[in-house]
Amino acid sequence: MYIIVVGAGKVGWNLARELLEKDHEVTLIESDRRRYLTVEQELEHNVSYGDASELWVLERAGIQRADMVIAVTGDDEDNMLICQVAREKYLVDQIIARVNNPRNRQHFDLLGIKPSVSATDLILRLLEHEVPEYGLVHLLDLQEEQLEIIEMLLGKDSGVTGRRVGDLHMPEGSLLISVLRAGKGFVPNADTVLEEGDEVLAVLDPGKEDELKVLFGPGDGGAAGG
Amino acid sequence: MFILIVGCGRVGSSVARAMLREGHTVSALDEDPESHARLEVGLEKSWEDLGGQFTVGAGLEAEALEAAGIDQADVFIASTDGDNTNIIISQIAKRRYGVPNVIARVLDPLRAEWYARQGLQTVCPTRVAIDMLETAVRDSTARPAAGSEEAPESASGGEA
Repeated sequence: MYIIVVGAGKVGWNLARELLEKDHEVTLIESDRRRYLTVEQELEHNVSYGDASELWVLERAGIQRADMVIAVTGDDEDNMLICQVAREKYLVDQIIARVNNPRNRQHFDLLGIKPSVSATDLILRLLEHEVPEYGLVHLLDLQEEQLEIIEMLLGKDSGVTGRRVGDLHMPEGSLLISVLRAGKGFVPNADTVLEEGDEVLAVLDPGKEDELKVLFGPGDGGAAGG
Repeated sequence: MFILIVGCGRVGSSVARAMLREGHTVSALDEDPESHARLEVGLEKSWEDLGGQFTVGAGLEAEALEAAGIDQADVFIASTDGDNTNIIISQIAKRRYGVPNVIARVLDPLRAEWYARQGLQTVCPTRVAIDMLETAVRDSTARPAAGSEEAPESASGGEA
């Protein structure tokens, strides 16, 4: 594959090296002269100097025949623009964009730039997983299918412990799919009674996390929320 | 008309003042609080006293755009010093907030041209400068050789 990587920071440089080792053809584009000279000592002709948001720089790098463009600069606007141009003007099949500020992800989504990768988000997910007290853990986002799977640990003060699954007012667009109890998983039915320490998995429409957090979190389990 | 101007440099602040003078509601948004002073250059009263709005924030921040009134905007002008920022926030104004008139300043002629073909209204000062310079050069080479009686014109190439 011919892959253009934009931005020779830590991410871009290491990525380019890995891709080269996997025998891909790679051009890494960097707009900072000093950074370019540093990276060029190792990657030689695989690095190109220039501002990749200038169309002629992309063309000089051969974007017309690129199979993939990966934009990993430290600037979200640049990453969005480069990916948009790559896909819509040069009809590059695959793009990957880095999101620096997770709050900008909505803009990437709005412009249809996906997949987009945010290191901050990834670390947050990891944090959620490592620190269960944090509440709800994202296990999987099925972006195309518009579904996600989450995990919740039922604490002592959870409003749903001791209650039948059939009596829970699960928000519309969410479904309890399994319960992990004492190291074993099972699929709950309406008569299953939830216990403290249960880890429950649910599949849901995006945006339903908050409602689930209320239901499964401390308190009366949203008894009034039906 | 409610006009929202993002990027309050020389261009943005001048347009903001002119539009305010013409009786429009003008809101300016800039990351740099100091740029407020540029808005008031040549004004006899403060920007706010004359009815202007000023918000500090980045054009990519939804909260800042909303605080600056993008939901009511009839016209959105992106005139920050970053071409990519202007192109991206213009698309956000159009697609997310449905602003009917969106204009982006884009210095790079290639980007300005391509995005214009995609339906984004772009203003490219570089293109204007290139055209003016080319015209000025053609005009001067078309003129009779030195030594003629014609008075030399200024090289400004027109009063556009």
